Amino acid sequence: MCLAIPGKVISIAGDDPVFRMGKVDFGGVIKEVNLCYVPEVKLGDYVIIHVGFALNIIDEEEAQKVFEYLREMEMLGSELGEAN
Amino acid sequence: MKFVDEYRDAKAAHELAKRIKAVVTQPWTIMEICGGQTHAIVRFGIDELLPPDITLVHGPGCPVCVTALELIEKAIEIASAPDVIFCSFGDMLRVPGLHRDLLAVKAAGGDVRIVYSPLDALKLATENPDKQVVFFAVGFETTAPANGMAAYQAHRLGVRNFSLLVSHVLVPPAMEAILGSPHNQVQGFLAAGHVCTVMGYHEYEPIAAKYKTPIVVTGFEPVDILQGILMCVTQLEQGRYEVENPYSRVVTREGNIPAQKLLSDVFEVVARKWRGIGEINNSGLALRGEYRQYDAELRFGLADRKIEESAECISGLILQGIKKPHDCPAFGTRCTPEHPLGATMVSSEGACAAYYRYRGATASGRRAG
Ligand code: SF4
Repeated sequence: MCLAIPGKVISIAGDDPVFRMGKVDFGGVIKEVNLCYVPEVKLGDYVIIHVGFALNIIDEEEAQKVFEYLREMEMLGSELGEAN
Repeated sequence: MKFVDEYRDAKAAHELAKRIKAVVTQPWTIMEICGGQTHAIVRFGIDELLPPDITLVHGPGCPVCVTALELIEKAIEIASAPDVIFCSFGDMLRVPGLHRDLLAVKAAGGDVRIVYSPLDALKLATENPDKQVVFFAVGFETTAPANGMAAYQAHRLGVRNFSLLVSHVLVPPAMEAILGSPHNQVQGFLAAGHVCTVMGYHEYEPIAAKYKTPIVVTGFEPVDILQGILMCVTQLEQGRYEVENPYSRVVTREGNIPAQKLLSDVFEVVARKWRGIGEINNSGLALRGEYRQYDAELRFGLADRKIEESAECISGLILQGIKKPHDCPAFGTRCTPEHPLGATMVSSEGACAAYYRYRGATASGRRAG
């Protein structure tokens, strides 16, 4: 439960930095994510997400790599909070 | 077991294993402290790829596994109370308490819900003003900024029917407890990349120096782990003990500053009990100051409750690198993932569950012990 998974920021909403939310695309699964810890994030950036919070901006290549790995390990579902 | 050959970067993995073989001249014991790494090591047989001189031991890298029995019992008690919605990450529901787990509370009619994020629990609180909504805030430094933010937002929004049962643990003090123990066998550490995403890795520098122990920050893919082992072993062979970070594409030395700021506003560092290991000084987080009103232990009057652990489960020794899962007499017999006796059998990131799933109930790992 400690892994963070990468996704792409496809929308950003809200002005208050603490409540700023974005939609993040995890290979087709879209989730609402809090962006307070990545104040400099822009549309199209890749971020790593843990329990609904973006923790860091990473590059696309790294994002793809980690994503593929988690898919191979069948760990994506549980880290996205699906049926456990 | 799924061998490393089935891993998509098998060639790079074999290449790294070869380089490790070329460097090693004597036995070394290395501990990883990340459940994701433990899972990958056992699943792909990374330990079996290494020269026999290298022993990998699996540290307390899974928050599900180290949450004290006492807190599980408090969670069960709160979740059983009327007019409570108890929210948790899914992994916590099957962690055995003294007599039952949270899943049993749910089956008996308790309102226990699995949430993806602590903010989902906060939302439930605003939607159910006549209920007490409690979130089981477990996790390492990776999860603490999310849980801390839930308390911060609750305070800002004035959501009074929300509270957190906090069981946050910190990695560096646990490493110190392991290194400082007279039974310590660990000579080098792999540090968990995602924990360092938040905290950076400067905290490890004094530990590496004090205990003359190399610490390498790494990710959780087989090639990352092997790269980390190679760097760690190289340091050991050369008599160096530094903090190295081959995972710089994700982790910086400073970590995430806004997250660290929030943590120090909302939480204070306290002594915390680790399941199977016992209390470790300065190894946990608790709500501080004005945020204490969101502390579920205080709200439900459970702060003074103390519960002793059962003696049968040796997961504490496993988490300190002193024993391997196959050394436990209950492993695979009285203790299985369907009927776990200890928390390391519950989560797929726990060492016992990973061995059971990928090594079988009886096979003794090649270098178990
Ligand atoms: S096999 Fe079960 S009882 Fe034995 S150490 Fe692991 S979790 Fe504990």
